[in-house]
Amino acid sequence: MIIDEIHNGIVIDHIRAGGAMELYRILGLEELSCSVAIIKNATSSKMGKKDIIKIDEVIDLDLDVLGYVDPGITVNIIREGERVQKFKPTLPERVTNVIKCKNPRCITTTEQELDHIFKLTDRENRVYRCIYCDSPAKRK
Amino acid sequence: MRSLIDILDLTPAEIGDLLDTADDIIARPDAYAHLCDRKKLATLFFEPSTRTRLSFEAAMYELGGQVLGFSEASSSSASKGESVSDTVQVVSCYADIIAMRHPKEGAPMVASMKASVPIINAGDGGHNHPTQTLADLCTIRRQMGRLDNLTVGFCGDLKFGRTVHSLISALSRHTGIKFVLISPDELRIPTYIRDDVLAHSDATYVETDSLEAAMPELDILYMTRVQRERFFNEADYIRLKDSYILTPDKLATAKPEMAILHPLPRVNEIAVAVDNDPRACYFKQVLNGKYMRMALILMLLGIERPAK
Ligand SMILES: [Zn+2]
Repeated sequence: MIIDEIHNGIVIDHIRAGGAMELYRILGLEELSCSVAIIKNATSSKMGKKDIIKIDEVIDLDLDVLGYVDPGITVNIIREGERVQKFKPTLPERVTNVIKCKNPRCITTTEQELDHIFKLTDRENRVYRCIYCDSPAKRK
Repeated sequence: MRSLIDILDLTPAEIGDLLDTADDIIARPDAYAHLCDRKKLATLFFEPSTRTRLSFEAAMYELGGQVLGFSEASSSSASKGESVSDTVQVVSCYADIIAMRHPKEGAPMVASMKASVPIINAGDGGHNHPTQTLADLCTIRRQMGRLDNLTVGFCGDLKFGRTVHSLISALSRHTGIKFVLISPDELRIPTYIRDDVLAHSDATYVETDSLEAAMPELDILYMTRVQRERFFNEADYIRLKDSYILTPDKLATAKPEMAILHPLPRVNEIAVAVDNDPRACYFKQVLNGKYMRMALILMLLGIERPAK
């Protein structure tokens, strides 16, 4: 399958297979007017199968969100058809309004206007906890 | 501006300082009688907890301060749907410090992000209750003279008992601590306490289902309530409940200087006959709770210990 190469834009590569749609949603890419390509189950020498997202414009990405969702991701910035930057997101110290607290006893369940904030409490095991009730974030 | 939401918000050195203040208050209460003159404590109790509220109120009065507030959500604007954030911003205009109890976990944290005065968490659901832990630590240090090199037994409901979890977290920062976790299989300590707290500390622990077997080595015995509703069936509850009741007989093998603690209220897990034993410290613990709340109020208001 061939997708047009992009001239100026971002390639989010090495997304765990099946993860692209979640990322698309969390990054709010549906709000972009430029073309966005989602490639699912691409063959990868390293990963077997992977997903890729290509965005036909250089936009501000929330790297914290990327790092939280899938720290294995690679981000490539393309300008004038050349890759000018390549990096891996790191695990963010905290993420805001990316995940919702699932604890029914948490104050966020009754006070809707509160930001849902999770902080990294165990880097090794990638554990995030709600700053209000300390419940761990549940991963899919 | 400091608040106290979780016992771990305080360093062991700060807790040591609060304990020193409490000792000093006990030694010379008159020196503290006017330190909070013209200061006001607001007790915002979105769920009733009479004993905790009375402890805060007594603490503020003994410092010469005054108290205002409400004792249940129905008598507050929360019943009209006001948010915690709005309530504390309003109350910040009237009070110098707020003690807040709320059924939802994290509500005092939300309050501390919005209030312009210090917030003390007076219990948020099953989550934190740091001033209870301060009362526990004060009782342990006053009875044993130290917070390190202790064998501390926790008995009863270790799964849902938030006071147990907080005290384990606080004590595990000291050296030479051994925990003996005594409970039925159904009510063992949750995995996250084992993984997040105990695994990262020098403290050692053993788990057992026998209070009798553990008794001889304990310096501290922390009793908790085993509640009927924690069991799937009545038969299990009936079978187990008596194993975790402290009686004078069971104390026969305990060390003479062991201290028995309980966060109260008790139902039947400590026989009334134990109350006369010199090792029974649970009513002293209530009193110590008041002194620690006094020390905490002073600390958060930035009021120094009076010179000797
Ligand atoms: Zn939460």
